[in-house]
Amino acid sequence: MNAPLRRVAIAVLALFGLLVANANYVQVFEGDKLRTDPGNTRVLLDEYERQRGSIVVDGGTIIAESRPTNDKLKYLRVYPGKDKYASVTGYYSVIYGKSGIEQVENDLLTGSDNRLFTRRLSDLLTGRDPRGGNVVLTIQKRAQETAYQKLANRAGAVVALDPRSGAILALASSPSFDPNPLTSHDPKVIRAAYDKLSADENDPMVNRAINERYPPGSTFKVVISAAALQAGLTPETQVPCPRTYTPPQTSRPLPNFNGETCGADQVPFITALTNSFNTAFAKLAVERLHEPAVRAQAEAFGITDTGFSMPLSVSGSQVCSRDRDPQAPGPSGCRIPDDPALAQSAIGQRNVAITPLQGAMLAAAVANHGQLMRPHLVKELQAPDLSVLDRTEPEPFNPDQPQTLPPQAAAELTRMMVSVVDKGTGRRARINGVQVAGKTGTAQNATGKQPHAWFIGFAPADNPQVAVAVVLENAGTTGSEVTGGLAAGPIAKAVMEAVLNIREGG
Amino acid sequence: MAASAPAATPPRRRGVELGLLLFAVLLVIGADTAVDATLNDRVSTNVLRYGAGFVLIYAVAHLAVRRLTPYADPVILPAVALLNGLGLVLIRRLDMAEAENARQAGRAIPAGDAAVQVVWTCIGLALFIGVLVVVRDHRALNRYAYTLAAAGLAFLALPAVLPGRFSEVNGAKIWIRVAGFSIQPGEFAKLALMVFFASYLVAKRDVLSMASRRVAGIDLPRGRDLGPVVVAWLLSVFVLAGEKDLGTSLLFFGIFVVMLYVATERTSWLLIGLSLFMAGAYLAYLKFGHVQERVAVWLHPFDYRDREGYQIVQSLFGLGTGGLFGRGLGGGRPDTVPFAKTDFIIATVGEELGLFGLVALLVVYTLIVSRGFRTALTVRDSFGKLLAAGLAFTLAFQVFIVVGGVTKLIPLTGLTTPFLSYGGSSLVANFALVALLLRISDAARRPPPQPAPKQLPLAEAATEVVKR
Repeated sequence: MNAPLRRVAIAVLALFGLLVANANYVQVFEGDKLRTDPGNTRVLLDEYERQRGSIVVDGGTIIAESRPTNDKLKYLRVYPGKDKYASVTGYYSVIYGKSGIEQVENDLLTGSDNRLFTRRLSDLLTGRDPRGGNVVLTIQKRAQETAYQKLANRAGAVVALDPRSGAILALASSPSFDPNPLTSHDPKVIRAAYDKLSADENDPMVNRAINERYPPGSTFKVVISAAALQAGLTPETQVPCPRTYTPPQTSRPLPNFNGETCGADQVPFITALTNSFNTAFAKLAVERLHEPAVRAQAEAFGITDTGFSMPLSVSGSQVCSRDRDPQAPGPSGCRIPDDPALAQSAIGQRNVAITPLQGAMLAAAVANHGQLMRPHLVKELQAPDLSVLDRTEPEPFNPDQPQTLPPQAAAELTRMMVSVVDKGTGRRARINGVQVAGKTGTAQNATGKQPHAWFIGFAPADNPQVAVAVVLENAGTTGSEVTGGLAAGPIAKAVMEAVLNIREGG
Repeated sequence: MAASAPAATPPRRRGVELGLLLFAVLLVIGADTAVDATLNDRVSTNVLRYGAGFVLIYAVAHLAVRRLTPYADPVILPAVALLNGLGLVLIRRLDMAEAENARQAGRAIPAGDAAVQVVWTCIGLALFIGVLVVVRDHRALNRYAYTLAAAGLAFLALPAVLPGRFSEVNGAKIWIRVAGFSIQPGEFAKLALMVFFASYLVAKRDVLSMASRRVAGIDLPRGRDLGPVVVAWLLSVFVLAGEKDLGTSLLFFGIFVVMLYVATERTSWLLIGLSLFMAGAYLAYLKFGHVQERVAVWLHPFDYRDREGYQIVQSLFGLGTGGLFGRGLGGGRPDTVPFAKTDFIIATVGEELGLFGLVALLVVYTLIVSRGFRTALTVRDSFGKLLAAGLAFTLAFQVFIVVGGVTKLIPLTGLTTPFLSYGGSSLVANFALVALLLRISDAARRPPPQPAPKQLPLAEAATEVVKR
């Protein structure tokens, strides 16, 4: 009986070999897939096992923190500011994952970031409960809350920057949402909240400040002005300003707002901007600056159709439509196709589309003596013991070409924009005792609804500390440039006052 | 050969056994300490209590082996101790997770199962010693073969006959539940039937292997020789199909075919067995909805992840999360796998001890199994040979079915992992199995009795001077 016994023993050994091979397959080859499977609650439970770091605004106010609970998930994420900061923090949900800073700084917040490695090691040795690091934002509480409050649930966005550093002082999107129900530990509450937000036709979860692109309308005249000042014009140069302008290759005339005249055949350049005369800018762009200069200037302001992260992901703003001309030179990868298109682009219509953040960048570049700084939202990253792991250093938006326009041209443009607020379309943004520079826009959009109201600007004009952009969707009146400034100007004023620490209406 | 033999008795190796036992005890207490340290951030006196109890149990077992089977294999008992101890540690660890979950959910904290398992271990130890005391010579079992067969079949059939409320747990009618006490008679029937198989096959092996017809190059046995065997097989399979317990059914069938093959040395029995199995499996697949469902879940568990596939998917998540080195004892979430203490305890091992731990565990099982086969090879009587082979193969095959099921190598069946899983019947029956194995091993390694010195015919005898 010994021969079959041996064979059976060998067969048993082979069976055990199969088990080992299969265990290798499951635990090692398939291991990563199984570990990260969304149905595997282990990773999630581990994440909730550690206290996630807080998100803090400049000045120390906490806008997202994890508080201990008594249930299976040991910490509950709480957003004390509710909807006011949702466009920045995003949400942190058991079911729907993460968004906003919660998503992009997740590694640091959970404590798994490499910069926290030595700390994790010492936690392991000392038995200290591991915690996540904190994210300190550049957001200023008063600016953010003023911006959100002034939007008053109307569809729109406000962005405020420090033009000297690129620090984002306010990033408000409206309508917004309260992230608290999404971070609940009760799946029913989460699903109900999420379904309601998804069904809302106003898209409260879209971050309009950085992910929605609007035609800039007349605010784009700042870009044309910058190009013109470099092409040899001065604010006092007389520019042709017909009642209507009909570009070559078309018979469709381009009028001024409301069909008004400029008051003369030729007006000083500063007057054309102050009153936002369309014909003067269209004619200037087509007949004097030409397409390459206009596009190059827009690109120098960052309008290159390429998004960037700050660290939230910002949609790219564009001056021309990329699908038309894939072989075109320059970072945009497209050209404004012809003179009629150039004429319309010069007044911020046609294919020109920018985010509210990009609008603020236009103002910031002029304000900072022609140098555009890279916008950033994170001031510093802290270890759980509040020691600083990383601090964002200001840097030019485009290190290869830091000057968007020469300081001289920036100074002249500032003077022109001050005139806009002092005696032109931007009067609603005036602040007592402070010189404000700005530009309004009333941008028609393809949907046939009322135009969007824009205001971009900065203050104080002689020592800029804040650059701001305000967009209110469909808040203007067709044909009236003044209406854009009427709707958006007061919001910009309030936010600039908040940053400059001036009491409202003061 | 020089006739100085009587002075040199063959080594008993009890010292080796003691050393290995100490090693196993240290590993188990270390593991228990790790669990406490990780889950509670401190080491409680429970570790001491469980450790002391564990040491006591195996000290008694060791002494019993020293006294009753002094020549038995020295590796088997320590290996069993390691598996049993690790099982206790894992059950206690899962108890703690359940208590924590209950506390968080505001439910009443359930009484732990670890203490119950310790009691079962004591009962197992008692049966272990009982078997060693009662069965002084394994060949004596031969005489009770038919009695044991009848008892085994009755045991096996009892749950199928009993009303569901006495016998059904989670869809399988394999229990006898009386007064809050539940046992799985199948575990004991397994042993009784194995003794019967061994006895019957040894008695009939000549007939079964010699009298044959040659068909297509294969020696086929005569129909009438097959009779009793097929009847026994059909009966047990019928009973098991009625109880919806696929794992035990497969186990019995495998044991039976392998013992038949070892007894007769005929490959034809293997082929017949295999084809019977194929046909049976195919018929069951066509006939029973629950078998089709099992197969579908086995092939595509993630398609049924929230329903029938939930258990196996959770098990795979645990194994995958464990990876190479595991998350450490107490560091994982094995409680997310249903039946973690019983059918899925291997998933806990894979998650917390990793691939290395799981493979190490399989090596420990291989040790016991290989010692069992070695016993079968060395023991002199055919009955002992066949019984030892059957016992060793049973253990191996059961481990294969369980671990293969939990790791999705084969369809999932409800079987316990020997010595590791929570469950009294399995533990106690396996203690009896080990006792039998040790008894046969003792016989295999014991030196043959010294023949009495031969008396020379008186005429040739030398004159002896007897002094007073």
